[in-house]
Amino acid sequence: MAATEAREAVGEYEAGWHDPENATVRFDFGLSEQVVRDISALKNEPEWMTELRVKAFHHFDSRPMPTWGNMSMLEEIDFDAICYYLRSSDATEKDWEDVPEDIRNTFDKLGIPEAEQKWLSGVTAQYESEAVYHSIREDLEQQGVIFLDMDSGLREYPELVKEWFCSVVPYQDNKFSALNTAVWSGGSFIYVPKGVHVEMPVQAYFRINAKNMGQFERTLIIADEGSSIHYVEGCTAPTYSTDSLHSAVVELIALPGAHIRYSTVQNWSANVYNLVTKRGIAHENAKIEWVDGNIGSKLTMKYPAVILKGEGSHAEVISVAYSGKGQHQDAGAKIHHLASNTTSKILSKSISKDGGRGSYRGMVSVSPKAENCKLNVVCDALILDEGSRSDTYPTMEVANPSARCEHEASVSKVSDEQVFYLMSRGHSEEEALAMIVNGFFEPFTRELPMEYAVELNKLMALEMEGSIG
Amino acid sequence: MAPDKPVLEISNLHAGIDDTAILRGINLEIPPGEIHAIMGRNGSGKTTTANIIMGHPDFDITDGTVQLDGEDLLDMEPWERAREGVFLSFQYPQAVPGLQVGNFLRKSVAAIRGEDAAKGAEFRKTLKDAMTELDIDKSFLGRYVNDGFSGGEKKRFEILQLMLLQPKLAILDETDSGLDIDGIRTVSKGINAAVRGTDSGALIITHYSRILEHVQPDKVHVLIKGKIVKSGGPELALELEERGYDWLETEAENSA
Repeated sequence: MAATEAREAVGEYEAGWHDPENATVRFDFGLSEQVVRDISALKNEPEWMTELRVKAFHHFDSRPMPTWGNMSMLEEIDFDAICYYLRSSDATEKDWEDVPEDIRNTFDKLGIPEAEQKWLSGVTAQYESEAVYHSIREDLEQQGVIFLDMDSGLREYPELVKEWFCSVVPYQDNKFSALNTAVWSGGSFIYVPKGVHVEMPVQAYFRINAKNMGQFERTLIIADEGSSIHYVEGCTAPTYSTDSLHSAVVELIALPGAHIRYSTVQNWSANVYNLVTKRGIAHENAKIEWVDGNIGSKLTMKYPAVILKGEGSHAEVISVAYSGKGQHQDAGAKIHHLASNTTSKILSKSISKDGGRGSYRGMVSVSPKAENCKLNVVCDALILDEGSRSDTYPTMEVANPSARCEHEASVSKVSDEQVFYLMSRGHSEEEALAMIVNGFFEPFTRELPMEYAVELNKLMALEMEGSIG
Repeated sequence: MAPDKPVLEISNLHAGIDDTAILRGINLEIPPGEIHAIMGRNGSGKTTTANIIMGHPDFDITDGTVQLDGEDLLDMEPWERAREGVFLSFQYPQAVPGLQVGNFLRKSVAAIRGEDAAKGAEFRKTLKDAMTELDIDKSFLGRYVNDGFSGGEKKRFEILQLMLLQPKLAILDETDSGLDIDGIRTVSKGINAAVRGTDSGALIITHYSRILEHVQPDKVHVLIKGKIVKSGGPELALELEERGYDWLETEAENSA
């Protein structure tokens, strides 16, 4: 088999099945102020939330599309052809047995209940617009840890939600944060009390099932002083010929000395737009880490951000992106050093194959008053074939001369000699490519919980797999 | 009893790259248990011969055959040849960042010798013994394949793979280059351990005779401009060391 053939081989997407649609509530396609009010009414929300949603809707409606990134792909989004709310189960169950059968089977196939038993502190499983299953380990509940879906969070802890909601990502931040604020549904609400360490990760899994679906989960995590938590999320969707839209907002607050790690393995099918705003604020000596893997979707635009507000705080954004046929992963990181003695590290790895396009877009800034900051940015791209593309858009704005900045970028191609070397050790061309690709991603997978790393390697091997039988 | 088939048999091999001929009729036979050396200057076609036996895709074979144990190699992919028992110790081993040595060794042994050979206490013992023999530290297993290795480490790693993969035919391309005398002694131990007293064969490619002091070849062949112009015993290597290649070039030209 010629090298080019192996490289052109298209991987198969494994999570592309869909269940029959058994909606209990399904809104008509399209968006208006009435749709926004209906969503809020359906959820019996406090008035402040309804009004916030409506304001956000008008902001979204009047705000133009971004004038950067992949504008032609963005222009193809038909907001009138999206369903903004769909519910397939009327309750969030605590026992998988009570979840409707089709939905339960889907999560079974995705391995969620199994993972829950083995290595998670809690799980929330969202299907379309609502969480269908939710659990948390009793000992954590007893220590005062709150882990709920966002809607339950708002119902049970309205004051806490009101205090922090939109405090990190205002709805005016960008067009899609406005959209999410207007129509959000589901997502996670987490509060970790002072000094509590949640040892095992909690997981959220997001599944879109319907065609032309919009999923707009909203996540808010507050880690109180000296506490720690690791949150992991995964997502998949069926493969359809028409597009779906996923637009989430995630806000993290790490109070003094707290540590939040947020890991994502994004594996949407290639017909999903993934336009997400993720940002955290780190107070004194707090630490926020984003570990972000982007494998799927049609167009992803996502730049996990950290505002280093407190002295001695630390931020890390470690990300990988795989862009295959018809895909554009426009990903990166943003870090703002507002306080002295803050440190940050960005590691970005991207692979493009079969004409896919990967972009790294990064912004690191140091404010004039922030003394002795340390910044380290490394972005590497690996291009597997001709016609695939990789771009880097790094920005550094350093307004304090005491800052120590390091920046490295590399773009490399898989060389025939590397492949030949591995083949001479008994590995087929595809195995050789998978070894090179997995190796390239290794600094990232090392940071993931083992189960996720295995999953990611499996996904990558699948992407490398040829169609030659 | 039928005589043993040669481990490697090359007949009338002509090959080149694009339209340039590099090998112009090579004949070579290595019987089981023998170590042969090919010597020659840079550009004489030594590395090309090694690459063609392994199946490098850049070369066009215009004539001739290459057989391993009586089986044609030229139609096989490189990994198939490896699984049949061909091993090449590269002159310039490639780095694969992120691929851990331990993991890679296990996968390669599994691919070539089967899953069972790559598992359990026996594999761990073979690995440990080979590493001791080659004076390789345990921490090596956690490093990335050839990534940031010194020249000597790369060569030791090639020989470690040779010892674990147990090929029928080991080709060693300039294994001595970039090694100090201790390094040569160490990798020679590994080569002897892998070939001597077995039915395997080895082909050592070099332009110095230094390594041949430690790995006694049964035969030495001199390659000039893509042809073997002289073959002899180990004493030929010493003669080349003393006299250089000029006299053979003149001889070759006169006979052409």
